[in-house]
Amino acid sequence: MSAQQSPLTLAEKVWNAHVVRQGEGEGAARQPDLIYIDLHLLHEVTSPQAFEGLRLAGRKLRRPDLTIATEDHNTPTWDIDKPIADLTSRTQIHTLRDNCKEFGVRLHSLGDKEQGIVHVVGPQLGLTQPGMTVVCGDSHTSTHGAFGALAFGIGTSEVEHVMATQSLSLKPFKTMAINVEGTLKPGVTSKDIILAVIAKIGTGGGQGYVLEYRGSAIRSLSMDARMTICNMSIEAGARAGMIAPDQTTFDYVKGRPHAPEGEQWDAAVEYWKTLHTDDGARFDAEVFLNADELEPFVTWGTNPGQGISLSESVPHPEDFADENDRQACERALTYMGLEAGTPMKQIRVDTVFLGSCTNSRMEDLRAAAEIIKGREKDPQVRMIVVPGSARVRLEAEAEGLDQVFKDFGAEWRFAGCSMCLGMNPDQLAEGERCASTSNRNFEGRQGKGGRTHLVSPLVAASTAIRGTLSSPSDLASTPAAV
Amino acid sequence: MEKFTTHTGIGVPLRSSNVDTDQIIPAVYLKRITRTGFEDALFAGWRKDENFILNREPFNQGSVLVAGPDFGTGSSREHAVWALKDYGFKAVLSSRFADIFRGNSGKQGLVAAELAQDDIELIWKELDNNPGTQITVNLEARTVTCGSLVAPFDIDDYTRWRLMEGLDDIGLTLKHEEDISEYETSRPGFKPLTLPARTAD
Repeated sequence: MSAQQSPLTLAEKVWNAHVVRQGEGEGAARQPDLIYIDLHLLHEVTSPQAFEGLRLAGRKLRRPDLTIATEDHNTPTWDIDKPIADLTSRTQIHTLRDNCKEFGVRLHSLGDKEQGIVHVVGPQLGLTQPGMTVVCGDSHTSTHGAFGALAFGIGTSEVEHVMATQSLSLKPFKTMAINVEGTLKPGVTSKDIILAVIAKIGTGGGQGYVLEYRGSAIRSLSMDARMTICNMSIEAGARAGMIAPDQTTFDYVKGRPHAPEGEQWDAAVEYWKTLHTDDGARFDAEVFLNADELEPFVTWGTNPGQGISLSESVPHPEDFADENDRQACERALTYMGLEAGTPMKQIRVDTVFLGSCTNSRMEDLRAAAEIIKGREKDPQVRMIVVPGSARVRLEAEAEGLDQVFKDFGAEWRFAGCSMCLGMNPDQLAEGERCASTSNRNFEGRQGKGGRTHLVSPLVAASTAIRGTLSSPSDLASTPAAV
Repeated sequence: MEKFTTHTGIGVPLRSSNVDTDQIIPAVYLKRITRTGFEDALFAGWRKDENFILNREPFNQGSVLVAGPDFGTGSSREHAVWALKDYGFKAVLSSRFADIFRGNSGKQGLVAAELAQDDIELIWKELDNNPGTQITVNLEARTVTCGSLVAPFDIDDYTRWRLMEGLDDIGLTLKHEEDISEYETSRPGFKPLTLPARTAD
């Protein structure tokens, strides 16, 4: 990524703007570049050992003013004013608080208005901006790529490295264009786009790549919807996902607490407008998807690549040519308690989870509320609604969305990662089946023995009404009288 | 970090693709604040099944894991590498690794060796036929030896060099601290700072 005049991709431009020191050598023997990090996000789970490492080595945190922490993975989503019941969770939260105090890191704790899932908090505060490098000890850091930032998850050793040096040693990523042209049908969302992309290229298809989502269908999406897409880039194995910033991006950032102001704003926008892939730039790989043909998508198996259109049926192991895929299918069907050939829409769920860094922003809550308003929940289905941040919760309440969910019989919770991962009290019981707007359907992800179907907020809401996996088009055209 | 040049130990066949880090170490074990002591957490869900490979002699004494493609997908948790190391694994062989897992391994001295899937299959067969067969992972020569098979593996030059020298990444980077300081003077003024804190209220 060193050529001067040749056309560049968006990812290459952002990379080049952050090279502190170019790696020596050529070709395969080339050492990594040292890349500057503009924003480091922290949470309680992947930071304690990194802080401890700093302490043991007698090192300082280089840039507390480019670092921010929040509590999200472990935290309960109700009774948040009481001490955390789980003692190890409580210890981890208190460790984060102590560490942030010792090293001077800004922290938004449980009960704070800016607390929430780290990937919801960053953009909402205006700290995520185009052209930045953003890292966090969390694979869903790819979310921030929706702003045209190069954002990716790192391990705890790298967290410590960024704390000490505000930089990372990295080899340049390869680039892949994901071209999505056309217009989404009503009831089809950005979640369906990304689930279809992952099903197409597989959970390993993106390994080593930064994905750039392009095309008319992407351009027409809101920032909330773009974040959903970039969020799940990691489920295709990619290091990061990006979308070139445009007026939609600028409008979202403008006026947020940490957005540039006055002349700085003008300078920023002028720079941001250069952040797009040049005509004639070459991607290492390209994928094409027709938005017109997409339908609501759902996973049937135990990895995010095991997905199909909701109108289809559970696949047969024999459908897969590859021996590994065939075995993976068999294993997944056993774990999921599904029989090959069953129409997806006949699958009954016990729980509907609306939340996670994938789908817990205002647009997601509004879309689900729109569907359920005036309709009745299947009495056997439990629905949990968890806003992505305390701020989203407040905004939703100001719009009366909380009342819509409560009237429907859903649980209205406080912000956090909640049922996306089995780390806090919100978990599935053994064998329980869930339609979830989260990002991972791995075995045991939502609780030991829990069975996850990944869906969009629209499908989640429709499923809560019918009790079986459903899309809005399966609902009676007019809601029953309230 | 300990230097790694070559290691010989019992091979453990794990015939699954897409072994994600939630399987390697379930989230419930991530609440600890220590960096060691995760051996009990490794494959905690699967180890409840008495037929799971690590519950069988002689594989419970294994130190070279031979896994299916797309090993280490999903969550960035470095705990997955810590758990493998704490249990006693020195190397993992697979035809494809998830990027973050591969990176985390390199930081912790666990060798993530990428082999052709055909060679993985041959090693699986050998381990099935002769349980307890030792595998030698030679980082210097970038080869894996199992029975009569000698297979090449891929690992990037920089990671290999660091593993063989046992070098600390942060120490290496801090040698270039002046470059970092210089870069910082040229950062545009519109880039955001987290401090002083601003909020919507």
